[in-house]
Amino acid sequence: MRSFNYTRAEDVGNAVSQVAADKGAKFIAGGTNLLDLMKIQVMRPSRLVDITRLALDTIEETDDGGLRLGALVTNSDTAYHEQVEKRYPLLSHAILAGATAQLRNMATDGGNLLQRTRCYYFYDTDTPCNKREPGTGCSAIQGYNRDLAILGTSEHCIATHPSDMAVALAALEATVRVTGPNGERTIPLSEFHRLPGNTPHIDSNLGDDEIITAIDLPAKGFADHYTYIKLRDRASYAFALVSVAAALDMEGDTIKEARIALGGVAHKPWRKPEAEALLNGRQATRENFRKVAEAYIEGAKGYGDNDFKIELAKRAIVRALEQALEMEEKS
Amino acid sequence: MITNQIGKPANRVDGRAKVTGEAKYAAEFSAPDLTYGFVVSSAIAKGRIKSIDASQALQLDGVLQVFTHENRPGYIWGDKNYQDKDSPPGSPFRPLYDNEVQFSMQPIALVVADTFELARYAASLVKVEYVTQEFDTDFEANIGKAYVPEQYKSNPPPEPWGNPDEALASAAVKIETEYAHPSEHHNPMEMHASTVVWGDGGKMTIYDKVQGVQNSQQYIAKAFALPMEEVHVISPFVGGAFGSGLRPQYQLFLAVLAARELKRSVRVVLTRQQMFSFGHRPKTVQRFALGASTDGKLEAVMHDAFAETSKFEDYSENVVIWPGVLYHCDNVKVSHKLVALDVYTPLDMRAPGGATGIYALECAMDELAYKVGMDPLEFRLKNYSERDQNEDKPFSSKELRECYRQGAEKFGWNKRSKEPRSMREGHNLIGWGMAHGAWEATQKPAAAKAVLSADGKLTVSCATADIGTGTYTVMTQIAADTLGMPLEDVTFKLGDSSLPMSPLEGGSWTVSSVGSAVKAVCDKVGEKLLKLAQQMPGSPLASVTFKDIIFADGQIKLKNNPAQGVAVTDIINQGGFEGIEEDVSNEPDKGQSNYGRYAHSAVFVEVKVDEDLGTVKVTRVVSAIAGGRIMNPKTAKSQILGGVVWGIGMAMEEETVMDNNLGRFMNHDLDKYHVPVNADVHDIDVIFVEENDDIVNPIGAKGLGEIGIVSVAPAIANAVFHATGKRVRDLPITLDKAM
Ligand SMILES: Cc1cc2nc3c(=O)[nH]c(=O)nc-3n(C[C@H](O)[C@H](O)[C@H](O)COP(=O)(O)OP(=O)(O)OC[C@H]3O[C@@H](n4cnc5c(N)ncnc54)[C@H](O)[C@@H]3O)c2cc1C
Ligand code: SF4
Repeated sequence: MRSFNYTRAEDVGNAVSQVAADKGAKFIAGGTNLLDLMKIQVMRPSRLVDITRLALDTIEETDDGGLRLGALVTNSDTAYHEQVEKRYPLLSHAILAGATAQLRNMATDGGNLLQRTRCYYFYDTDTPCNKREPGTGCSAIQGYNRDLAILGTSEHCIATHPSDMAVALAALEATVRVTGPNGERTIPLSEFHRLPGNTPHIDSNLGDDEIITAIDLPAKGFADHYTYIKLRDRASYAFALVSVAAALDMEGDTIKEARIALGGVAHKPWRKPEAEALLNGRQATRENFRKVAEAYIEGAKGYGDNDFKIELAKRAIVRALEQALEMEEKS
Repeated sequence: MITNQIGKPANRVDGRAKVTGEAKYAAEFSAPDLTYGFVVSSAIAKGRIKSIDASQALQLDGVLQVFTHENRPGYIWGDKNYQDKDSPPGSPFRPLYDNEVQFSMQPIALVVADTFELARYAASLVKVEYVTQEFDTDFEANIGKAYVPEQYKSNPPPEPWGNPDEALASAAVKIETEYAHPSEHHNPMEMHASTVVWGDGGKMTIYDKVQGVQNSQQYIAKAFALPMEEVHVISPFVGGAFGSGLRPQYQLFLAVLAARELKRSVRVVLTRQQMFSFGHRPKTVQRFALGASTDGKLEAVMHDAFAETSKFEDYSENVVIWPGVLYHCDNVKVSHKLVALDVYTPLDMRAPGGATGIYALECAMDELAYKVGMDPLEFRLKNYSERDQNEDKPFSSKELRECYRQGAEKFGWNKRSKEPRSMREGHNLIGWGMAHGAWEATQKPAAAKAVLSADGKLTVSCATADIGTGTYTVMTQIAADTLGMPLEDVTFKLGDSSLPMSPLEGGSWTVSSVGSAVKAVCDKVGEKLLKLAQQMPGSPLASVTFKDIIFADGQIKLKNNPAQGVAVTDIINQGGFEGIEEDVSNEPDKGQSNYGRYAHSAVFVEVKVDEDLGTVKVTRVVSAIAGGRIMNPKTAKSQILGGVVWGIGMAMEEETVMDNNLGRFMNHDLDKYHVPVNADVHDIDVIFVEENDDIVNPIGAKGLGEIGIVSVAPAIANAVFHATGKRVRDLPITLDKAM
């Protein structure tokens, strides 16, 4: 085995100082992604700082009426938490659309945000991949790219972010609380992940020496009109080809506010508020939904195998909005 | 035969051992001072290894050796020594033979260390420089270079009959169509593994994951020029194989090589990724030209298959025999050509040639039925074949009509609305499709041994395998049934090369071949018992022959007066009984070859296709099987259920994707290579229709390992057409193709 140091963090400050002191260090939470990647030598941390004993495993109300999800709360505990189920069912549904019961029991909310892409080439150290080894090239652009991105891509990388949970969090406009050597800060979820640009090896805007302590949900949960649709190559236990988190705030037949976030199409959960705004104050009709879908996907670019995602994403948006409106037939 | 055991839904005799973890698999056997080998796989598809530098790996404490083509021992001889019982014509791959790379992920080195983790890490430190060469991995780009092999691995395609060109030209209704399916990998749960235990005087005991221990034994003996007695191969349990264990895989060779060089015990287990580095179901493209009369009588069939093989072996399977088996037609012409690529040689995978040929044929016939304007089931009834036209022979038995009848009734086929896109439910289009299929019912030579010991326990053995199919159970049932014993008193042994000769465990011929040998050897024990019984004072059996008796309830009884009998224990308890030991070497009856021998199936499927999103859900499957005598309805049903589930995977999910820039299969793990999960599987009904066949083999069973899969994918594809009006002609039918 490639040897590495293993240390346990006593508190958040200690966790941060341990990673700050060792450039090759990584936090380990549930380990469901990091350990897999270490076994195949895609990730080679010099030190694992175990954060599982930190007191970040509770869900609590915030002063502004929202909910704070501790970074170490498991995906299962989050999805089945009474307040989450009641007030943020979109989030519950998105989490439960991911992975399997066993994995969700281990996986943490913080780790979920930082899980790495599922691009085939990223996983195979014998192939060129800019994300894994900057400067080696991107095998996927000219290669097999069925699962990969159609929005926000660059000539260096077309990977997607695979999380389902993050898509719902993007729609709900959650914020990520982080702590670094210089103290605490918050990052809006939509700014947490990055586009690949010419630094595809950097997935997020979290500093190497920063730790996620919590995810804050704002008070508004869209519990009356929401849906999470996940389209994939089998009915369960597969990552999304396209997923849509949709939420509506209705006043009669009129839409007060619409939120849409897409998964499986970009290097980050995809939001396009200016397209969503087309629905505000409008009637909830199929025609209007289709208009938004067109606007939402405008500028998308296929790479061959994944061309179908462009039309699929539009149809999925329409379906998701319809389902959110009707509140039946969840898929 | 008195059926007090056969036909009963006995639980698996090895079930408890399996669920408690007591059953040991190849990588679970250990030895003192066991060492661990890890395979280094080639990063390129074709070229030469310029240099291979293992110095960094060797510096690690606990790394024992790194074997490469440079330091491999010198006793590796000509390629013919590497042939095994399932080798196609050609030159078998020789691991570490020289510096040539013939396919991506070719094993190019074996690192051996004190622990698995260390070997794996050290393998990552082996530095390889290559000289790359141009390679051909793009099937479509090479189809123009397809050729007829000098020799087919399986039978050559049947010769044409009638006058197909003319018949096609003059047919009132015709279609030309093409179907394709991708390469697929077997992906059994258990990875291929070999544990070689180094014994006194260099004797090796090898635990191997394989479908034929004697095949591994012979392969190793030949490749290493060893006497057969020095190679003992054991494989009591196999965690699935589906054909991947028909040939000894390279981990076996490498483990033996390392054990011999180091004089240590060595275990080599492949990674899941490396499970994609050897045999697979070959990609094929199949072209059809079909002609029929306006009332649906088939008048011409042309079926041309193009199938993937490697550059070093001509793998082929029976893709184009199915028109001659499944339809009556007076004018038929078929061909089978190979497309050689820089990949490892394809390998039989559950119903090789059948799953693929029948898929394409049944979809093409569905197209023709629509063109004629006939119900697909009616069309098949109209063109029902009463003879195996490939060889112009009658069938030994064929209850396919009964499969249609019972299957259609259970499914409710008569309520089907004919037009595509005519049934819906909300966003979902509903489609009903059907297909039929066949699989060879073969018997091979096999031997068996039976020992009845003084305590009344019977042990029967044969070197066959149980790859999860239920061989242990069914053989125990046959033996117990033949001698009228309870299952508990019978033990069946398999998976040991020192046991009596067995054919490879494949081709759905294990029950028929090994089962017939088991029955024969138990009959011999029975004859011995009768003789002993006749010597007993006042024996009621004194003047009868073997034909006049039956074995039941632990007794030998008079057939025409079952109240009269002698208990087997009494025979044993009389003085001087030292047990009975019998061997047989069983050959199939020559008369079998006068008949076409096949199991048949008819499969009916309902799908729901989301009209906008293209997602396909297989909501109902009815699979009706004519498989001869059903030895154990429980294990039999499991086989068919497994076949249906795999058919769902084949239709909608399975595909190993070749990156033609790298010449490498890219979705080489179970995250990205999809097989069905529970949520993909809904209602499945299995029907076994009654079928009596005393020609096919002495026990009348046809084998069920493969018939369960063959018609599932086409029935699904045909249902998708019925739902959507769209023909998807290449598998898998993923949502992008159906939307
Ligand atoms: C077979 C399989 C299928 C899956 N399917 C899905 C799916 O369908 N949908 C889906 O969304 N996900 C899926 N997942 C991914 C799963 O959700 C993630 O692996 C999991 O959420 C990661 O959480 P973890 O706690 O195990 O993270 P770890 O593996 O422990 O860590 C992941 C990364 O996050 C970092 N990290 C962890 N916690 C913190 C923190 N508090 N602060 C800073 N850095 C941190 C680690 O350093 C590491 O780099 C699947 C995973 C597997 C193995
Ligand atoms: S898409 Fe990104 S992750 Fe995939 S090969 Fe290209 S650079 Fe690597």
